[in-house]
Amino acid sequence: MSAATSTDWTRRTAAEMADALAAGEVTSVELTQAHLDRIAEVDGDAAAGVHAFLHVDAEGALAQARASDERRAAGEPRGTLDGVPIAVKDVLATEGLPTTCGSKILEGWVPPYDATVVRRIREAGLPILGKTNMDEFAMGSSTEHSAYGPTRNPWDLDRIPGGSGGGSAAAVAAFEAPLALGTDTGGSIRQPGAVTGTVGVKPTYGGISRYGLVALANSLDQVGPVTRTVLDSALLHEVVGGHDPLDSTSVDQPLPSFVEAARQGAGKDLTGVTVGVISELRGEGWQPGVLARFDEAVERMVAAGAEVVEVSCPSFVHALAAYYLILPAEASSNLAKFDAMRYGLRVLPEGVDAPSAEEVMRATRDAGFGDEVKRRIILGTYALSSGYYDAYYGQAQKVRTLISRDFEAAFGQVDVLLSPTAPTTAFRLGEKLDDPLAMYLNDLATIPANLAGVPGLSVPCGLAEEDGLPVGLQVLAPALADDRLYRVGAAVEALLTEEWGGALLDRAPELKGAAQ
Amino acid sequence: MSAQTVDLLSFEETLEKYDPALGLEVHVELSTLTKMFCGCPTEFGAEPNTQVCPTCLGLPGAMPVVNRKAVEGAIRIGLALNCQIADWCRFARKNYFYPDMPKNFQTSQYDEPIAFEGWMDVALEGEDGEPETFRVVIERAHMEEDTGKTLHVGGATGRIHGADYSLVDYNRAGIPLIEIVTKPIRGAGERAPEVAKAYVAQLRELIVALGVSDARMDQGSIRADVNLSLAPRGSNVLGTRTETKNVNSLRSVERAVRYEMRRHAAVLSSGGSILQETRHWHEDTGITTSGREKSDAEDYRYFPEPDLVPVAPSREWVEELRGTLPENPTQKRARLQAEWGFSDLEMRDTVGAGALLLIERTVAAGTAPQAARKWWLGEMARRANETGTEIDALGVTPEQVAAVQALVDAGTLNDKLARQVFDGLLAGEGTPDEIVAARGLAIVSDEGALSAAVDHAIAANPDVADKIRDGKVAAAGALIGAVMKEMRGQADAARVRELILEKLA
Amino acid sequence: MPEITRDEVAHLATLARIDLSDAELDHLAPQLSVILDSVASISEVASADVPPTSHPLPLTNVFREDVVVPGLTAEQALAGAPESEQQRFSVPRILGDEQ
Ligand SMILES: [Mg+2]
Ligand SMILES: [Zn+2]
Repeated sequence: MSAATSTDWTRRTAAEMADALAAGEVTSVELTQAHLDRIAEVDGDAAAGVHAFLHVDAEGALAQARASDERRAAGEPRGTLDGVPIAVKDVLATEGLPTTCGSKILEGWVPPYDATVVRRIREAGLPILGKTNMDEFAMGSSTEHSAYGPTRNPWDLDRIPGGSGGGSAAAVAAFEAPLALGTDTGGSIRQPGAVTGTVGVKPTYGGISRYGLVALANSLDQVGPVTRTVLDSALLHEVVGGHDPLDSTSVDQPLPSFVEAARQGAGKDLTGVTVGVISELRGEGWQPGVLARFDEAVERMVAAGAEVVEVSCPSFVHALAAYYLILPAEASSNLAKFDAMRYGLRVLPEGVDAPSAEEVMRATRDAGFGDEVKRRIILGTYALSSGYYDAYYGQAQKVRTLISRDFEAAFGQVDVLLSPTAPTTAFRLGEKLDDPLAMYLNDLATIPANLAGVPGLSVPCGLAEEDGLPVGLQVLAPALADDRLYRVGAAVEALLTEEWGGALLDRAPELKGAAQ
Repeated sequence: MSAQTVDLLSFEETLEKYDPALGLEVHVELSTLTKMFCGCPTEFGAEPNTQVCPTCLGLPGAMPVVNRKAVEGAIRIGLALNCQIADWCRFARKNYFYPDMPKNFQTSQYDEPIAFEGWMDVALEGEDGEPETFRVVIERAHMEEDTGKTLHVGGATGRIHGADYSLVDYNRAGIPLIEIVTKPIRGAGERAPEVAKAYVAQLRELIVALGVSDARMDQGSIRADVNLSLAPRGSNVLGTRTETKNVNSLRSVERAVRYEMRRHAAVLSSGGSILQETRHWHEDTGITTSGREKSDAEDYRYFPEPDLVPVAPSREWVEELRGTLPENPTQKRARLQAEWGFSDLEMRDTVGAGALLLIERTVAAGTAPQAARKWWLGEMARRANETGTEIDALGVTPEQVAAVQALVDAGTLNDKLARQVFDGLLAGEGTPDEIVAARGLAIVSDEGALSAAVDHAIAANPDVADKIRDGKVAAAGALIGAVMKEMRGQADAARVRELILEKLA
Repeated sequence: MPEITRDEVAHLATLARIDLSDAELDHLAPQLSVILDSVASISEVASADVPPTSHPLPLTNVFREDVVVPGLTAEQALAGAPESEQQRFSVPRILGDEQ
């Protein structure tokens, strides 16, 4: 039975749900309840199930759904997605809903304000199902660094869902939500998308407001959509994107239509499009099954009219090093505010009579932050220290310039660049937990886009032969040309779905009873 | 806190042995309507934590946006100090942990200040009494944000040391500050304390004239930190410096410099060495005490603020702002001196007392310059001195002084009664007219009452009356005193004298 | 290879206000050395004439007008506070001086 005619509303795409709402075939309350039921069935907790959610707001979501249905009944829907439910990564401030960033230090914190993107989805009428799990403060590539236990990959519950936004990707892959918001600092939307068989977009830096996004590395962070189809990402991107006067780094110019670009791409014609395959993002250390699926997808694109060239971006080999200096440096400063004075956890040091503010800060930060966060704070503190600044932080900022120049040169030749999104498919939980460097290598292909501020999208391109797990194809475009991602991404998706005879996620295991 | 007394060298001996090097860091709180990076109001004295938002509270996720008006204020201050204005500059994070600072970093400027390389000619009294200027070179003026205010609870003193815990109000956190830093000021010698005071006074005058801040030292909207070091006389080698924080009156700037010069000299001349540290100024005792040890290697881990984009003022914008600058203070002083007919000495005292703008406003409200000067430098200066405040912080406005003087000019009040009107103004009893009415202060011009009082005085002092009848007119003073006493001062002394002489002719 | 010593890590932890235990220091120092080693190559990559990039997009002069915007009530501001008193955030005693 095809997804479009399934009676299970959770199997539909967001665009299909929107159409059904508009046609009066379903109500938002029915849609929302169906997803809440699915969450109850498969999500479970830290011990069992997908564990994509840290907080589910059934009552709130249903209230928003009822309001949406009333608007529709009155003939006043607020937009295409009014009534379609959504999940939000726990790094985005939600007024009245707990926001923990996956950290013990923020356990129980309820923000008194909404992030701009959250305000926009509320204003557009999307009921918020809850907050999704993540690596603590978005530091990680597996969601194992969450203080509240890992999220599991719906394709194999013993494997990681990627990170840091593993919760959002897994929720969408497990049909617990049709749409989710993620954030991407070095690949935290795209890499989870790749390993869970979902679509994830990191927009141009400045394309979506960061106001209310708890910063990891301010000059790299972007909010973006996590969905099951390229068109759904485009729909959500148009809801949350655009200039925000509360974010000084927000771009103040009109957005091209992403939805139109996605619809055009779905026509499967890539005539006149030149794509560049990045030679530095393949080869040794890359899983053969990942490269095989990627290469096949590129062949399909050629058959659909695309011209393919190989492009060299020589500075990309230094991207990881630059990233692991810039990110900890900015993060060490961002996380200084978690000091037990104004909000969050306060831990009194043991055996100290009348401890001082400084002692309480130190004890709280030791107890409240996990290992990976401490590692990166120390590293960032080091990189910014006088005496090391020029050699590390300063130099990393120069490498950033070189990477931008590589992109400029490449986009002088081609319309979009391509690579596999991640070097491997989903690895097993615990496999890389004690080897930070191995973990960092997951973001090899996604990091350059963050350093240069250009947009990137990951779209599923099949299952690796050796493990039967999803592989992602990454599309990169010049800054502000996010529409190219949607056109090319939708074309790849349409070509491959046709070949597969259905969506890739239809092949994922049934999760019924996973929560037990 | 140990308020240890330290032996000081005499000022004279200090100068025989050492040359002082001064450095002044002045923080000016801008009087913008909103904070540096958010739309919260900046009004002084609001209920605690009522002028806060996610940004200035440092809540997770909140972001800063620069206040255009604050940038304009910074540029105008820079231009008025003859600085260059940067083509391109950035904000940086100064990282250190402190509970009054919500983000645990201060958003400030580091190696790219908005204004740099300026100067100010400070007016001093020359040796021969002639006016003289001393050029203070400005290193930079940069933009930053203020911290919250902390109340210390418990312990003996209510001060930070010995407190049990503290209470923080973040209303002040994020208010725009302009930090103005001088280059080391050398060669001032014995005049170092005077130069320091005159610089801050003149800077304050400039800030007020620019209209960018109310520059109230008593409310902390302008705060001076005094850096001082000594070099052996004739040597070029700068000694270790101390930084005396938050010296909050003009008089204290002078006193703090003098005190630190003498303290450094005492330590150095007895073979000791100066600790590089911050010092606290104690207004009541006139001494400084040891604060935080400060090393040059203090690691603030500055880096460009990634949530803000660079400020690149166009040359057109800068020139437009230059066009809004008030008259140059030196020229303005010369013009006012000519207009008012003040002697050099009178003018210098006026500037030194920080009364120039007050007198200007009083004159503008209709008072003769000498009368305005008399009130501000006499009565108001005395009251300020007694209460340890600045004359512009007394609570009497130039317009009120002008209203009182108008009553004197009209013959309603004499100077003695006028002083009582000022008492009433300070006690908040209303306008000068209301106070005159309520206190019954007006001069009695009722001839009958006056004549009766003169008769009483003559009757009570027959000996004095006889002397006057014998032609000793000077003795009338005693009778006038008696009449004034009976009239509770509310009589025109000249008229009383006339009446006495008429009656005893 | 840039070795980072246990003492250096302890100093950095003090700067960052994290009370690391001895066991954590033993564990972290070698890990950080490995990470630093892997990023050390960066110091030779870019020549002096390459300008640094701190912002991915070349925006300048983003300002807000000086207009008051409603913020939080004191109650909202203090809602997440570990302790409060007299409408203020209550914090443990402060040892060091203000900056
Ligand atoms: Mg400063
Ligand atoms: Zn605010």
